[in-house]
Amino acid sequence: MALSVDEAVPGPASDPTPHARRRTGGGSRARAVIEGGLLLLLAVAMLFPVLWMVETSIKDGRDVYAVPAQFIGFDATLDHYRDVFVKPGGGRSDLSVAFLNSVIVAGASTALATLLGVPAAWAYSRFTLKAKKDQLFFILSTRFMPPVVVVIPIFLMYRDLGLINTKLGLVLIYTAFNVPFTIWMMKGFIDEVPAEYEDAAMLDGYSRFQAFYKVTLPLLVPGIAATAVFALIFSWNEFVFAIFLTSSSDVRTAPPAIAGLIGGTTVDWGLVAASAVVFALPVLVFTYLVRKHLVAGVTLGAVRR
Amino acid sequence: MAGIEVSALHKRYPDGTVAVDRVDLSIGDGELFVMLGPSGCGKTTTLRAIAGLERQTSGDIHIGDTLLNDLEPAERDIAMVFQFYALYPHLRTRDNLAFPLRAEGLPAAEVRERVDEAARMMKLEKLLDRRPNRLSGGEQQRVALARALVRRPRAFLMDEPLTNLDAELRADMRTEIKHLQAELGTTMVYVTHDQVEAMSLGHRIAILNQGRVEQVGTPLEVYQRPASLFCAGFIGSPPMNLLEVEVADGALRAPGGLTLTPPPGLPRDRQLVAGVRPEALEVTQPGAEGAVPARIVSAEALGDEIIYVVDHGGERDVRVRMPPTVRFGEDAPVGLRHAGGTPPVYDTTTEELVA
Repeated sequence: MALSVDEAVPGPASDPTPHARRRTGGGSRARAVIEGGLLLLLAVAMLFPVLWMVETSIKDGRDVYAVPAQFIGFDATLDHYRDVFVKPGGGRSDLSVAFLNSVIVAGASTALATLLGVPAAWAYSRFTLKAKKDQLFFILSTRFMPPVVVVIPIFLMYRDLGLINTKLGLVLIYTAFNVPFTIWMMKGFIDEVPAEYEDAAMLDGYSRFQAFYKVTLPLLVPGIAATAVFALIFSWNEFVFAIFLTSSSDVRTAPPAIAGLIGGTTVDWGLVAASAVVFALPVLVFTYLVRKHLVAGVTLGAVRR
Repeated sequence: MAGIEVSALHKRYPDGTVAVDRVDLSIGDGELFVMLGPSGCGKTTTLRAIAGLERQTSGDIHIGDTLLNDLEPAERDIAMVFQFYALYPHLRTRDNLAFPLRAEGLPAAEVRERVDEAARMMKLEKLLDRRPNRLSGGEQQRVALARALVRRPRAFLMDEPLTNLDAELRADMRTEIKHLQAELGTTMVYVTHDQVEAMSLGHRIAILNQGRVEQVGTPLEVYQRPASLFCAGFIGSPPMNLLEVEVADGALRAPGGLTLTPPPGLPRDRQLVAGVRPEALEVTQPGAEGAVPARIVSAEALGDEIIYVVDHGGERDVRVRMPPTVRFGEDAPVGLRHAGGTPPVYDTTTEELVA
């Protein structure tokens, strides 16, 4: 498929004359300086922890604790990154298992949510259903409350079902949170694909589902990719359910595993920073891939044809 | 190939709107049948019911001897061309054309042969490797036609296929479709709101209004004797002049004194309206024989003809079509007379043709 993720949504129209530049005169210049200064301050405040995290991850143990703190001129090392994946005595580290668990849980829940959500969205987009709006509102309403509200009931249910401390349990709960999101986002994309394509395919000799599968689905690939990335990011970052519903290191996903490094008598901040960097990278990459859809998601439904 | 029988077709939506109201149509084998009407008249719904994309509330649809009611669109052996062409955007022209053939599971060699044949017929050979977004509107339309005919279906359904083309191209494509239908001899049901298209293409025309069939007839019949006031107003540009008339002394008299030849068998005691085509009236010098005094309100010189709007003392001004050689200025006093045969006459309450 030659379509890229970005093709589905046009980028935000670039305004060649930003407001600041359109005005002339001394007052606007001072204003621009102040605005720039404030933005710079904000950027430093936001980005410093990230910079510090990256720096700490490549510092030696003693440089981490050096006073005064060393911003430059320390000896860079990749030891911490090795420690993220390899045990001190050799073999796989607990963190590497946690990362693998994260990949499995996030991947499986995203795949499941896509598999269930895309056909559901298609049905909501194409068919007349009883109380369709109410159904869609109900689906959306499951996302109204913060997930932490249902942690205890879910915990009790999972205990009875034997899903506590299993990857399957996490996969199911993440899927449950991702399906409504997938349905809503995909419905937006499917509404954009004219139903006439499916009509034409049905007259060309295909069944209703074949028409969806052979014509509409290929056109939805960019939308599905974008939606899946969002679901993936949610599952990847999820912390609350992961820490409540898992306990052993062979099931635990990365967020609680990294949090578990902090505590005890000594904290290996280099290792914490390195694992945090490793953890953040996939999300950064994926967010970069769907950056246009972040805007589209916000304005979804604002522009109709 | 086969004819299509639509009997008592009724389509009612859940919200209570009746889109198609017990429509009967009998479309002959090999006929180019046009359904004409304003938007919302039910022509497209009827077409989609024939295609199987819309399920009728009641009524039967047959193609040949096959009852279509419970068949899926795929099983009906009908091809359709859509207003927006509905070419699959992710497929090249070649694969668009092959798409219906692959559904039948034909061997690759035969698919290629049939695609090449259809492409040759519609002059698409050079466009076979392009995607739809690299084709012009006319080219897309030709691909859509080729995709319809590649399957050799029992009937073609056309849903306003020329609406999105510019005027010049539309005339060319009209000729092409007509030629194609004659060559293939396949039954074709063609939906349009454009009366010129309907008149120039159709072997027969059905005029629909508010879900009902108002008239079925050849283009000439429909033009000369519209079956209802709706048809009279819909067909022809400028439309028929509708004159309120009374029967007196064996003639039809309109207010203002214009006299028309009455058709035989006119009912008495009814409010009547006569339909007079603009070309059945004549603007003359004032005081000419048989002419009533009138005045030119405005004139539209169209080059090949002039349309005069004439005030003759009646309820409404009438439109008169004259050759461009006859010139009158605005406000000029003129004469007006009827120069055609007996006009169709309608009852104002039933709005139907009475004689």
